[in-house]
Parts: sequence; C-alpha cells; structure tokens
Amino acid sequence: MIRVEGLTKNFGTTRALQGLTFEVPRGQVVGFLGPNGAGKTTTMRILAGYATQTSGSARICGMDVTTDSIATRRLLGYLPENNPLYEEMIVIEFLDFVAQVRGIPAAERHARIKNTAERCGLVTVVGKKIGELSKGFRQRVGLGQAILHNPDLLILDEPTSGLDPNQIAEIRNLIKELGQAKTVILCTHILSEVQTTCNRVLIINEGKLVADDTPEHLTTGQGGTVHVVLASRFGGALQAGEVRPILERVPGVSAVEVGQSEGAGTLGFILRYGEEDPRRSLFEAAVKNNLLLLEVQRKHVSLEETFRKLTAAEPQRKEPPAAAA
Amino acid sequence: MDTALAIAKREFKTFFQSPLAYIVIGAFLVFSAFFFFVAFFPVGVASMRSFFGLAPLIFMVFVPAVTMRLVAEERKTGTIELLLSMPVKDWQVVAGKFAAALAMLAVGLLWTLPFAISVSSVTAKGASFDWGPVVGGYFGLLLMASSFIGLGMWGSALSRNQIVGFIVGLVLCLAFSLINRIAMVLPASLGEVFQYLSVDYHFENIARGVFDTRDILFYLSLTAVALVLTTRALAAARQ
Repeated sequence: MIRVEGLTKNFGTTRALQGLTFEVPRGQVVGFLGPNGAGKTTTMRILAGYATQTSGSARICGMDVTTDSIATRRLLGYLPENNPLYEEMIVIEFLDFVAQVRGIPAAERHARIKNTAERCGLVTVVGKKIGELSKGFRQRVGLGQAILHNPDLLILDEPTSGLDPNQIAEIRNLIKELGQAKTVILCTHILSEVQTTCNRVLIINEGKLVADDTPEHLTTGQGGTVHVVLASRFGGALQAGEVRPILERVPGVSAVEVGQSEGAGTLGFILRYGEEDPRRSLFEAAVKNNLLLLEVQRKHVSLEETFRKLTAAEPQRKEPPAAAA
Repeated sequence: MDTALAIAKREFKTFFQSPLAYIVIGAFLVFSAFFFFVAFFPVGVASMRSFFGLAPLIFMVFVPAVTMRLVAEERKTGTIELLLSMPVKDWQVVAGKFAAALAMLAVGLLWTLPFAISVSSVTAKGASFDWGPVVGGYFGLLLMASSFIGLGMWGSALSRNQIVGFIVGLVLCLAFSLINRIAMVLPASLGEVFQYLSVDYHFENIARGVFDTRDILFYLSLTAVALVLTTRALAAARQ
C-alpha cells in the first residue's frame, strides 16, 4: 500500500527527515510514533500530497506521490494535524463542498454524506456552524471529511489531541472500526492510543526510523518490574534496611527501589529484572526469611519506556526542528 | 472544472456570510456615489464619465480589500493543508478563488447601475442618452477588476497575513495605475512602454466606448501573469 524509500526533507538547514524508509501493507493499522519534531507530521504531509520531499520517494499503491500527486490524493483520506476546518461553514455544506472537490458524482453525494454523518455521529449537528461545535464534534467532522470518499487509506495526524477522555474513547472506537476495512496510519505521541488501536508500531526519531514492530513485541521480552508489598510473618515492624539486601540477592533481580507500602508494618518495593522472571525465587527467599508477600505484581516494560529509550535525547542533540507549520 | 467551480461557490458564499462583504460593498457604493454626484451636478452633463473616471481609483483600494483574505486566511487557519491535500490542482484553486472574487465585484458593480439609470433619466428632452460608453465602461471595469484581483491575490498568497496581502495588493494596483504618469518625463520610446503597462491608460480607451483588442489583450495578459504568479506562490506555501 505504502512504500517510502530514503525520504529526506530539509527546512533550510534543519533536516526534518533523514532517509526514512518503511513499508505498510494493505489492511494494517499502523501507529506512527515519535517525539514532537521527529518528522511525523512532515512524513504525513508528504504522503498526503501537501508537502514535497527534498529527496527519496514515497509511493501509494505503486504511484509516486510527487509525479502522480492527484491520483494518490484520490486514494487517501487525510486528517491534518490540528484538524483545520472552514469555521464559518455549516457541517453539511462543508461535507458537500468536500464531496464536490473530491469529485463524487452529484447523484451519489447525498447518500454518501448521509452515510458519513451517521458513521461519524454527526447527524445531530449537520445544521450547525463548524466554528460553534465542541472539539469532539469538530474532530468527527475532520474524520468525516477524510472518509467521505471511502478511501482505502486513512492518514490521521493526532486525531485525539485536545479531547477529553470520553471523546478520546469515542474517536478511538471509530478509528478501530474504520481500521477493520482500511489501511490506517495513526500519527500520535499518545502511546496508549497505539497500544489499543494499532497492530504495528513505527517509531521515528530525528527523521529516522528507530523501531518497527508490533506493540506486543515492543513491550515484552525486555524485562520489567515486580511490585511487592511485604509484611513480617510474626507481625512485627520491618526494617527496610534489613529487607532490601534480601531482595537484592534474589536471582534475576537487577535493582531494587522503594515502592508503595500498605500502611504500618508493611514495606513496598519495586524490583527490576532483565531476562529472568524473579517471582519464583522471590517467593522462596520470602519464606526463608520469614516474610509475607502481601502483593506480587509483575509489569512488563511499558511502550512508554521503550519509546523513551529509543528516542532519548542524545548528548549533543540539536534543537528539534520546530513543527513546520 | 467542477472542482474550481466548487471552490468558487464556496468562496462566494463565505464572502457574503461575513460582515466584510457588506462593509466593502457598502463603502464602495458610498464612496462612488458621493464622488460621482459631487462631480456630476456642477458639470450638468448627463454622462457617466465622472463615475468611470473615479472607479479605477476606488477599485485600487477595494479590490485588494476583497482579495486580501483569499489565500492568506487559509494559510493562517491551516485550511490550505486540507484544500491542497484534496485532488485539486493548484491552478484550479487559484481559478476558483479568482472567479469568486470577480463575481463579488460584479455584485458590487451591479449596485451602481442605478447611477446610470438615474443619469439617463435626467437627460435633456430631445437628447438621447448615449449607452455606448456606459456599456464599455462597465466592461472595462470588469476587465480592470480582473487584473486588480490577480495582483491582489498574488499579494494575498505571499504571506499568511491579510494586512500584508492588502498592502502588497494596493501597492501593485497603484503602481500599475499610475505608471503612465511618469511616462511624460521619460524618453518617448520608454514612455510608450510605461504607458502600455498602465491600467489607467487602457481603461480610458475602453471607457470612451472604443473596443480595441490591444486594450483587452493587455488586461487579459496582466491577469494571466498575476494568476500564474499566484499559483507559484501557492505551490511555495505548500513547503
């Protein structure tokens, strides 16, 4: 569906993209992650036919986005960053305008707009001015505009930014629903969004691809943490200074941090581990030392940690390019 | 063509939904009526001449006021990204916006027709009102408006600031109107070139009721050049 090869983009002396290469097959929902200024929006703009790359190529369904721009633009629906809309227009007028520009035949237009309004939950606001809508509804209008012509490919640039948790959940569900039949590129820096909606994650940093995997792979196989709450078997108070070395000696544990306790007589710790799961040895160590394990909770490395590790600031990092507006 | 038309319709509608439309057209009518009748009554000749003499001056200010937001506003609000990522060629966007602006000015001009009708009604008994120069005048005004719209749109496409768009448009319109005023201090050969470049000079010909293809061609080519420049500025705005 999408094939991007050696894409570079310079803004003056700033290099926003430095040889980005990736492929997206048909039917995937891909999360496109990266810190602000990593080049996410620039990449989306190039794919959507709004910006032009400095070098390299991007193809959609085998057609080049630069030389066959109009044809590739027909294939995709695009929700730009910040969801710009014609504020002074009425929702239905706006959708009709988009339908006309998209070249949807007059006979089909009405049905298509009605269908889109229903899918995006816009039926109650079609007669309202876009400028008077709440942010959640505006976002729905933006999505509606993107799916109006029923494209196979959807490019969504931060579709949930600025929404409240309920609205985020609604928009996510809508994206999930759309993702069943379409290829979706979801550009975001909200990691939980990727975990819940995407089946593949691309992480870019400073204009380069740094990870390309499933969210599951990115969050397992690299250790994690075990949260424990301990009490003394004999009911007395525990001394952190005594317990800590016991935990540190448990095979597999690489570091021990103080965690949340559960009030008097208990102690909480966070054990970090690498490859080996330390829970079994932990249990044995507890028994041997007359400790009660009130709580043992293992957590995998979160996507957040992987993300931070992959995109951590390098010592002499240049100022990230300002989000090109 | 359909896409350009859709863009034109949207622009036209948006224009009349904003107070700007009524302010611009209202002010245009007040100014032209005032200056026209101030000059009309003392002379005592039933002709639209003084109106057509003034119109270029008034257009110089009002056309950039209409065109200033056409591209700059979309660049500022970001809707340009929405528009230019749809399957539309840049020139179709420019053509649509141009057509809308021309239609807006035509609506403004429509309201000056009562001037012509009232002038024809005060024509002395026995004399007949000469409609030739009036038709020519309006035709010339539309041609001139086209070239001013082109220049104004280019100004608007150059930045995301409407005020900058207005000022650039105003300066360009002013320059193309007054360029023949400096022709007299130049050597004859150069003077002729400057005179040919003057919007005013060609308009005077048409307003006299003389249709010369050279004059028409001048306006069409000035408009075309300005629109090509606008298209290029739009492409540059894409990054």
